[in-house]
Amino acid sequence: MNEKELILIVDDEVQIRRLLEITLSSNGYKVLSAATGHEGISQAASHPPVLIILDLGLPDTDGFVILKKLREWYLKPIIILSVRSSEDDIIKALDNGANDYLTKPFRTGELLARIRVAIRQNQGNSDNPRFLFESLEIDLISHIARKNSEILKLTSTEFSLLALFAKNEGRVLTHHYILKEVWGMGYMEQTQYLRVFVAQLRKKIEDNPAKPKLLITESGIGYRFGS
Amino acid sequence: MDLTDNRPNPDDLLASMKEDEEKSKRGKLKIFFGMCAGVGKTYTMLEAAKIEKVKGADIVIGYVETHNRKETAALVEGFELIARKKYLYKSTHVEEMDLDTIISRKPQIVLVDELAHTNAPGSRHLKRYQDVQEILDSGINVYTTVNVQHLESRSEVVAQITGIIVRETLPDDVFESADEVEVVDLTPDELLQRLSEGKVYAPERSKEAVLNFFRKGNITALREMALRIVADRVDKQLHDYMQLKRIRGPWKSGVHLLVAVSYTTQSSRLLRWAKNLSDTMGGNLQAIYVETAHDLTDKERENLDKNINLAKQLGIRFRIVTNSDIVKAIVDFAQKENITHIIIGKPRVRNLLTLFRLGNFVNRLIRYSGNIDVYILGSDMLADDKFRQKASMPSFTSSINQYLAATVMITITAAIFFLLKEFVGYQIVSFALLFMVSILAFFFGRGPILLAATLSSLIWDFFFIPPPYTLHVEKPEDMLMLAMFFIIALLNGVLTSRVRAQEQKIRVREERTHAFYQLAKGLSATSGIDDVLSLAVKDIRKYFKIECAFILRDKANQLENHIRHETTLNFSENELSIAEWTFRHSTKAGKYTDTLPSGNYTFYPLKGNNDNMGVIAVQHSKVFTQGEEQFWEGFLPQISGKIEREFLRDAARNSYILSESDKLYKTLFNSISHELRIPVATILGASDALIDQDYSRESRKMLHEEINKAAIRLNRLIENLLNMSRLDSGRLTPRIDWCDLHDLINKVTQSLSEELNHFDVDIVLPDDMPLVQLDFGLMEQVIHNLLLNASQLAPEGSSLRVKIFYDNGFLFIQVMDRGPGFSVSDLPMVFNKFYRGELAVAGGTGLGLSIVKGIVEAHKGTITAENRTNGGALFTIKIPTNTSDMMNIDAENKI
Repeated sequence: MNEKELILIVDDEVQIRRLLEITLSSNGYKVLSAATGHEGISQAASHPPVLIILDLGLPDTDGFVILKKLREWYLKPIIILSVRSSEDDIIKALDNGANDYLTKPFRTGELLARIRVAIRQNQGNSDNPRFLFESLEIDLISHIARKNSEILKLTSTEFSLLALFAKNEGRVLTHHYILKEVWGMGYMEQTQYLRVFVAQLRKKIEDNPAKPKLLITESGIGYRFGS
Repeated sequence: MDLTDNRPNPDDLLASMKEDEEKSKRGKLKIFFGMCAGVGKTYTMLEAAKIEKVKGADIVIGYVETHNRKETAALVEGFELIARKKYLYKSTHVEEMDLDTIISRKPQIVLVDELAHTNAPGSRHLKRYQDVQEILDSGINVYTTVNVQHLESRSEVVAQITGIIVRETLPDDVFESADEVEVVDLTPDELLQRLSEGKVYAPERSKEAVLNFFRKGNITALREMALRIVADRVDKQLHDYMQLKRIRGPWKSGVHLLVAVSYTTQSSRLLRWAKNLSDTMGGNLQAIYVETAHDLTDKERENLDKNINLAKQLGIRFRIVTNSDIVKAIVDFAQKENITHIIIGKPRVRNLLTLFRLGNFVNRLIRYSGNIDVYILGSDMLADDKFRQKASMPSFTSSINQYLAATVMITITAAIFFLLKEFVGYQIVSFALLFMVSILAFFFGRGPILLAATLSSLIWDFFFIPPPYTLHVEKPEDMLMLAMFFIIALLNGVLTSRVRAQEQKIRVREERTHAFYQLAKGLSATSGIDDVLSLAVKDIRKYFKIECAFILRDKANQLENHIRHETTLNFSENELSIAEWTFRHSTKAGKYTDTLPSGNYTFYPLKGNNDNMGVIAVQHSKVFTQGEEQFWEGFLPQISGKIEREFLRDAARNSYILSESDKLYKTLFNSISHELRIPVATILGASDALIDQDYSRESRKMLHEEINKAAIRLNRLIENLLNMSRLDSGRLTPRIDWCDLHDLINKVTQSLSEELNHFDVDIVLPDDMPLVQLDFGLMEQVIHNLLLNASQLAPEGSSLRVKIFYDNGFLFIQVMDRGPGFSVSDLPMVFNKFYRGELAVAGGTGLGLSIVKGIVEAHKGTITAENRTNGGALFTIKIPTNTSDMMNIDAENKI
């Protein structure tokens, strides 16, 4: 990391901005902040940041509109940080291109971890066909997954599911998104498939399926993969 | 005579008081009443208005016709004139009174000439008196003028006297409802004098007018009629007054008249006559129509409808009863209603049969009616003849097909037996044919049966009775048999078809009774306005075969601008304003009515006990028959009554919620102020200390941790409050989705791992538990709250158990601990908001369990709390849910 990474905060609350500025800069990031949606967009355009932290309840424009506008050209991670905590809002934000979603009040440690994951995932070589998560190893080319060096017996659907999770490490994937990617458009409402396969996959990849560490349930929203 | 007869009847008194009250809210109607045009009614009205105006009353002219009379025109000068409304009708401009402007101008008195006037097409009402009713309803007094020949009940007599048929008539009850009637009288000579001076009509017109109408004889007769009407009115007022003031007087011992009406035009005369008679006798009058097996032709039905409408206009109560025996129906009814006089019309005798029937009818009526007087009114030959010409044709109501079929069937039967003639003999053929006629009678009308009977007797005679192929009959016994054959065939056919028709009528009645029953049953089983409406729409479609739409009122007593149920009806602006009018005036309007008949739909008010609940729009393909109208009028109140009850229930619930929320607000305030202050105090104190003074590293860390804990506590309180308010407002609808309960339990135990660390947690959940449909996030919170609760109350090291199983459509979740359980006083209150058990630990909000209950109920489930036998609390949640077997999906996807 030659240069300090720039993070843009778009939030209208001074206190939140100050808190974020302090925590982020003391964790080695450069911080730029905007109090309105439009200011945020112009800041992002003039000084492209590696990540944007976006509030949904902005005074000038609805946060979802800003999110959509940003996503027209901005491809790096956007993390939503909002007081809106309903599952509908979260799903809507994720489906509209947000990488992650945290509700206020939040723990700064959690936020920092999410930021790190998002940046790493974005910078990681997307062509890399091999993934390693603790004792789990996934090889997309040879279509093989190993746990503690032992080859796992996975059905093809299970493998597609695992591959999708691996490629989106640390990111929350909504039910719809997973169903669409693995099963296809026609299965977007068939969440029962997803439940069954997640349960099966956990039995094979988790050390203790009752206390999953890799495949985490995000209640009512979807799943997150990664340690 | 019974003494009580002389005492004023309390019900009548109450009615008259009620009427008074009703009247005081309405405007008062004053009628200037005259024998004919030219007596100076308008002039007198204007004079009277002028006097009131001098006294300071606010008077405007709504519509006054001066007929270019100078004196009248001069009087008009002093008054404010409401401009007339112009209508374009068939390319000519017509002017009518501007009803809306008058009502919005709201004067004390408005002057409206010629009450019996018929409005131009396109006006709101057909008749001006309806306009006036609306003005009165809005609390404005009306002065108006009426000529005697315009009164509905006198129009016929006037036509007989003067030879001029009066088309613009005024219902008698409108006249009778007038608060004041002032006679404007002139002697015939004076009137003729004025006429010849050209004071009544412009000179060129007066000659013709004098010749046609203003003959001294005519005028005298009209004058007598006018004066007598007013005298009767005074009589009635005296009578009313005496009743009101409990004056015993020349009490007429309850004269109750009943007039029997048929479907002939003659009955209209009968009605008018009966009305006059009852007025003179001071009695009360009802009319009855007896529905028999006779199938009415369209013409007859139309006549009947006219008669019924006329009765309504004359203010006569009309009843329809069904009975094949007219005499019995009339007498039964009369006895039940304590009728003292029965009035019937004498039908025109057309032939011997009707003469016989009439004699029979009159004799029986007189015989059975006992001490009831019977009046028989002579027939009007002219009217009856006219009727007969029109009515005799359609009596062949059966279709041509039936005639053809009857002929064919008889011919075929005859042909078969003609071939078998050698074997069976000719006599048996008569039975076969008779049999055929009887069969046909089951399916066909009277006409085809007559034909079949005649045809079969002819065929039998011609082809079978010896000598064959002649109509001649040789043996006398054959002759007798032929005659008997013909009569039996005829009787058989006619009787069967009559029974059938009667049966059909009864079936219709039965269907309607059944419909009422079904509707009442359906409505009582339904709750919620929307369900009530869809049931009503369905039933109306079923029983009336019509489409309808309900437009209900909102809380502000305005009609809602949307329809709550699915409908194919579309409303134009114009139709919506008709709906509005119907709603405001509680009177039906629109198509097929006298008011605003321009729209595509008929609008009926949904009358509740106090207010209108809204209106119903109906798309008729044809106007209701009288029977249907009665049926409809019985149907509607049931629906509107139910809607009213639903409205009331909503209102009651709202006020309950309001009082509850008031109570809640106070509890909330007390609880919150405490719960908020403690953590805030901690945060403030700790952060102050951190800012101001230098503490050791150790102490600083502890202070930081205190701040952290206080913030978490605050956050939890806020979360709980938010969840509670979402549950309360009903905005929280579960997002039902397939859930893996293993996943759910794991999630909860992981998030509570710290709290549950010191307990022996036992999860009883079968491995093959199917997927269930729940809101994952909400149910997670339910179990989270229950476990958290248990972990706070139960002693460390004790066992906590969660047991989940599925049984017969229900998911059961049980959470058990070995804590203190509930005290008897706690038990009924544990789920109440802000209720904190006697043993609750500090820091709770008293919301956790009510949130649990709210979520479970949002899933249509139940939750109970009880004490375990060996100590501790047991919560049992029972939620109806679908399941999906995991194994099936497994198999499905491996293929």
